[in-house]
Amino acid sequence: MTLLLVALGLLVASGTAALLCRRSPRAANLIGAGGAAAACALGLIPAVVGLGGGEAKFDLAWPVPGGSLSLAIDPLTAFFLLPLFALCGLAAVYGAGYLGGRPGRRSPGAPWFFFNWLVAGMVVVVTARNAVLFLLAWEVMSLASYFLVTHEDERPEVREAGWTYLVATHFGNACLIALFALLGPRSLDFADFAPAAPAGLLFVLALIGFGTKAGFVPLHVWLPEAHPAAPSHVSAVMSGVMIKMGIYGLLRTLTWLGPPPLWWGGLLIGIGAASGLFAVLFALAQGDLKRLLAYSSVENTSIIALGLGVGLVGLHTGTPGVAILGFAGALLHVWTHALGKGLLFLGAGAVLHATGTREMDRLGGLSRSMPLTSATFLVGAAAVAGLPPLSGFFSEFLILYGAVQHAGLHSLAAMVALALMSGLAAAVFVRAFGSVFLGAARDGTVRGAHDPGAAMRAPLAILAPALLVLGLATPVLVPALAPVVEQLVSLPAQRDLDAASAPLAVVVLGSVVLMALVALIAGGRRLLLAGRTVGSAVTWDCGYAHPTARMQYTASSFAQPLTALFGPVLRTRETADAPRGLFPDAVSFATRTPDAVRERVWRPLFAHVSGALHAMHRLQHGRLHLYVISIALTLVVLLLWRLS
Amino acid sequence: MSGYAGLFAALVLAPLLPGVINRTKSFFAGRRGPPLLQPYFDLAKLLRKGAVYSTTTTWLFRAGPVVGLAAMIVASALAPFGGVSAPLAFAGDFLFFAGLLGVTRFVTMLAALDTGSSFEGMGASREAQFAALAEPAFLLGLTAVAWKTGGLSLSGMLGTNSFATWSGATAPLALVCVSLLVVFLAENARIPVDDPNTHLELTMFHEVMVLDHGGPDLALIQYAAALKMWVLGSLVVGIALPVRSLAHGWAFAASVAGMLVLCVIVGVVESCLARLRLTRVPQLLLGAGVLSLLALFIGLK
Repeated sequence: MTLLLVALGLLVASGTAALLCRRSPRAANLIGAGGAAAACALGLIPAVVGLGGGEAKFDLAWPVPGGSLSLAIDPLTAFFLLPLFALCGLAAVYGAGYLGGRPGRRSPGAPWFFFNWLVAGMVVVVTARNAVLFLLAWEVMSLASYFLVTHEDERPEVREAGWTYLVATHFGNACLIALFALLGPRSLDFADFAPAAPAGLLFVLALIGFGTKAGFVPLHVWLPEAHPAAPSHVSAVMSGVMIKMGIYGLLRTLTWLGPPPLWWGGLLIGIGAASGLFAVLFALAQGDLKRLLAYSSVENTSIIALGLGVGLVGLHTGTPGVAILGFAGALLHVWTHALGKGLLFLGAGAVLHATGTREMDRLGGLSRSMPLTSATFLVGAAAVAGLPPLSGFFSEFLILYGAVQHAGLHSLAAMVALALMSGLAAAVFVRAFGSVFLGAARDGTVRGAHDPGAAMRAPLAILAPALLVLGLATPVLVPALAPVVEQLVSLPAQRDLDAASAPLAVVVLGSVVLMALVALIAGGRRLLLAGRTVGSAVTWDCGYAHPTARMQYTASSFAQPLTALFGPVLRTRETADAPRGLFPDAVSFATRTPDAVRERVWRPLFAHVSGALHAMHRLQHGRLHLYVISIALTLVVLLLWRLS
Repeated sequence: MSGYAGLFAALVLAPLLPGVINRTKSFFAGRRGPPLLQPYFDLAKLLRKGAVYSTTTTWLFRAGPVVGLAAMIVASALAPFGGVSAPLAFAGDFLFFAGLLGVTRFVTMLAALDTGSSFEGMGASREAQFAALAEPAFLLGLTAVAWKTGGLSLSGMLGTNSFATWSGATAPLALVCVSLLVVFLAENARIPVDDPNTHLELTMFHEVMVLDHGGPDLALIQYAAALKMWVLGSLVVGIALPVRSLAHGWAFAASVAGMLVLCVIVGVVESCLARLRLTRVPQLLLGAGVLSLLALFIGLK
């Protein structure tokens, strides 16, 4: 516990020091990144210890009404602290290279201040044991990330993204305040919660409040705006761990609500299925690499929701085996996605850094000039697409394995959704990797691209093998999650998790055989080709021996059959300037797929609301003395009401 | 007879399957056709050649066939054959099986995109589309069998397949058979989804993705494709044939015969049907998914 408090202190102090260090951008960068990285390294120790079970506490009186400064680490907290510290530490190292490598711009002090406060906010969110403290930390996390999103606020689309994020996050916060008010009419300490409302209502409030942060459709609208706008190491942290805070909140709330009725699981599966399919289709239609990754994050939190749904249904129907598999799969996916998506955003940042563009249709052939970024991005893509032997496969395996064992409509819906999503996710990542890193550059701007500096390379080189190790370690890891799962299902879980690790061990065996075979066949192939003529020529294009880079399939053309098939959902807009005349000169073609929910639900809704509130403008007349009078009148009325 | 006999049969006999299909097609066309063992000769010839690589390609292009074949060999070790358990049988192995098919597809598509050829990009794009639609049909079909037989592994589902299983669940098993047959045709790029003969037409997807591969690489790809046909076929045959009712030796022989009959059926289908229009293929695959779903609903009761 002491180490965690030291880490928190270090985060706050180094962030503030970086902000004050106005003279020297170099020093600000060093202090901010160094403080964050050191704090994260320190914090990993109590997180690992906490995962084993037991609870470490810290309590301090706090003069805020209803509040108390109580922090604790239990297995659930430790489970979320671990990826938080791991990814934030690596992102800090990466950020040092990312922000430090651009001299002449404004001082990196402010972004480091907000970054370190964001990390500190998230740490307090998962350790807080008092509602006031929790909400305060939640707000710190939201605001710090808002200022990070709007870091490049000279660009109008960034300001727009920040605004969307601010509105969405406070919509969620409003639900959370209501949730905690209903949970703790007597005491706002987590330990003394006595729900004053039907559990169903509380569940729905939590689902909306925390779902906004986790990015469930239709509350996901801020994600595809905010993620591309933020600097890449911030996107990695936001996507990898910050949206998981929503999952953490949901899980923590479930531990207060008692046994779940069937419809909770059904609702989560329904949301997970709808949201996952929606997001994976939109990911497929995006032309912007970071927007694509943001939609993929929505898809992956939906997979987590599906796992939780299967778990809740299993709990209700009295099949603990299914429940434990569902929860374990969802939990494992939290880690998988934290590392995998963190890696992908950092890789996308390296691409952006090297080429200055996120448009996939302009990129291509980067695997030659950026070998490390390309190889690590490939690992991340395969892991997030759920391919063995990387960790993404194992978490989806656990969820599906649980669903298969429960012959019912709910699990069937989860299976259909997961099966469709996994095929589409593979298409998304083949498309993303293929159009950015393979083939030839489609645009002159990418020439001269190269791998980033050491500070940005190191996190990539650490995260990619971590995904393989995490996958291969699952037979040991899953039984070790027993304390966390037991906290969620209030049932002994060790036996079921041990049983689940048996098939996982065979998958690992199969994966090891797979890798051995790859080595064997590769060796055989090399032996066969040794001493033979191995020539090189241009790509075979059916006799037309002058292929140009512009003839390649682009990211848009790759996705076209699927986007056409799902056209009614996607509503991709095409603007074409068709060739005219005998000697056409300039032609153009562009597609754009704006978010359907944003365009068709939220935009009209907000337009309506703002129209209805137009009358209120009359109150905003700018005459100060009238404002003062109205304030005084309000106070008098309140005073009279209080006295009467 | 242990499960290794099935694996051995897969590794040795797989290239025979395209040979049988070609002979059937030749028979319908009134030709004598290539020898049954022609695919083996082709493999032997390709393995003896050198290679030419496109200047656009990177290490991924060379790794694609290697990883693809390795994944298919592991998948062969998961598929039961002749009513005995597979060497690597475990609860939930069909999910791993689907994952391995996914790995092969993933690396094949990447190797295709690595060439920068518009043809191969087109093939990869179509492969991605059809695979995404075939996956639910495949997984749901096998889940239906799992719910019916109570087995959670491929070996548990197919190894216990007897006349009693069939008479107890004729409708769902028949539905799954049809659904998996469609998946089999789509995944192996056969008519009515794809025409394996027309590798320069704009209509096809699998052959065009490997347009730039040659020599030993192409041999690896063709062998992996044959293995894929064998393992997916053995699932269809395993569900269709209640081999558990036979003695082990006979069950094995019956399964081999079943594989050959399956190939003859594929040959007949290819001789009698035209390839579907590309935009029709998703409907076929979604239809297969619906059949699997129907089988599951019947299983639910």
